[in-house]
Amino acid sequence: MSTTDVFELSATAAAGAIAGGELSAGELFEAYRLRAAADRAAGEDGLNCFTWVAAEAPEDDAPAPFHGVPLAVKDLFCTAGVPSQSGSRILEGYEPPYTATVVSRLRESGARLLAKTNQDEFAMGSSNENSAFGVVRNPWDRERVPGGSSGGSAAAVAAGLAPWALGTDTGGSIRQPAALCGIVGLKPTYGSVSRYGMIAFASSLDQAGPLTRDVSDAALMLRHMVGRDPCDATSLEFPEEIQLPSAERLDGIRLGVPEELSGEGIEPGVLEAFQAALARAQELGAEVQTVRLPHAPHALSAYYVLAPAEASSNLARFDGVRYGLRAQDASDLLDMYTRTRHDGFGPEVKRRIMLGTYALSSGYYDAYYGRAQRVRTKIAEDFRAAFEGVDLIVTPTSPSVAFRLGEKTSEPLEMYLNDYCTVPMSLAGIPAISIPCGLSEGLPVGLQIAGPAFSENRLLDAAHALEQAIGFDGAPARA
Amino acid sequence: MARLARLALAEEEIEPMARELSAVLDHIARISELDLDDVAPTSHVIEVTGGLRPDVPRPSLPRELALAQAPAVDGDGFLVPSPQA
Repeated sequence: MSTTDVFELSATAAAGAIAGGELSAGELFEAYRLRAAADRAAGEDGLNCFTWVAAEAPEDDAPAPFHGVPLAVKDLFCTAGVPSQSGSRILEGYEPPYTATVVSRLRESGARLLAKTNQDEFAMGSSNENSAFGVVRNPWDRERVPGGSSGGSAAAVAAGLAPWALGTDTGGSIRQPAALCGIVGLKPTYGSVSRYGMIAFASSLDQAGPLTRDVSDAALMLRHMVGRDPCDATSLEFPEEIQLPSAERLDGIRLGVPEELSGEGIEPGVLEAFQAALARAQELGAEVQTVRLPHAPHALSAYYVLAPAEASSNLARFDGVRYGLRAQDASDLLDMYTRTRHDGFGPEVKRRIMLGTYALSSGYYDAYYGRAQRVRTKIAEDFRAAFEGVDLIVTPTSPSVAFRLGEKTSEPLEMYLNDYCTVPMSLAGIPAISIPCGLSEGLPVGLQIAGPAFSENRLLDAAHALEQAIGFDGAPARA
Repeated sequence: MARLARLALAEEEIEPMARELSAVLDHIARISELDLDDVAPTSHVIEVTGGLRPDVPRPSLPRELALAQAPAVDGDGFLVPSPQA
């Protein structure tokens, strides 16, 4: 097999080729490793997808089903002996003594660690401009953002620098970059994948998931990620095996379009691609109807109380005592804490810590955190009611296509609005996938499909049928 | 608030931080328009039963490994500046 062909293989196809003896795992790894290392060496002159790249191909014989297919992993997953910095100066050079459960599971399934990917600091951001290790560029247009916070993972997969990647999603951090980079990204049902070893942002929302070139790869990776982990009390046994999707039709499937998430605030070009995807779904036999999620417009407000509140608590552990950065010449212990955190955290992280500390402070707790938790209840109820009338809910993934680097950095609120369509599903804990559904101004548009908790198999099947019918071509980003 | 968050802010960081946080808080304040008096709060969306693992002792992280990444170590422990200078 020629080297160019190798980069055109999906992860599933590559694993199959290794199993069939047509491809050597070592050569596949080395081909990707060289590409990834070249991008790493180029820094911000490249796409800047990676914060660490393997020094050599592993020599061991990787087991089935992945047979040594290389995997890129978001920086915030702990990987023993490999830098795990969560995009932050405060963890620069930190090498954890243990590995995240989900990374271990994928390794046991035969995946091999190719690289750690760049991300927004502590997963806080929608553009990957908040990383201490520099911005990531979008392979469709290098002057534009890849989305965030799993921006390095998305850009690497889109550009063919990794066959697939692991990301995390708190309010859209897998789905939005997948949409902006023209690939597939899946946020599973909350609790279906262990969070043990993920450097925490907002524990009641954080969930790991795949970023892949196609829906089958996402299903394959997810199959080997899910399951109860004794080290994460919120993790669950997934009620059924994740199937590899095969559906080509959508006959009898009822798709709900929430009017709150498919009109106002969405770019015309994005809406056009979204409408075209709906028409495609109808051709495949789906029934499309309007649904209401009356509290969805309030999801963003609730999210920007709950997530920063949890973050302000989770990030209290970065105090310069046990690991990471410590400010020198502090006059006393308190001075060491405050100066370490001043030097180590970037502006967006400081903003969210301040916001969360405020929302949790005595006298404001009920007005902010308490109310936001009640809004969360209403949003979950909205979805439950909607799923009585439809099987799946579809929206655009992001209100816009990839925007220019620097375009939204001056107004945090503008940046937060990127999460408008993805945050409601996060608050409800339900699974959602983004698949590329077309181009607007030459840039990819994402279609989000969401279902009830643990409906991943149905979701993947519908996404697969649509993917086949849409026939999106991701090749320009790999050129 | 910065003191409560154990965060030192430089003089020039304070004004932009206050302005940005006000804008976000104004947006967030929209949830005060909702009638939520009879609504129960949600902290965990997916019901977990039997979330605890069996209480079986497991080996803990070896001390050397736990101390290996510390900025300063004194013998068997983490070394920090005095609480009162």
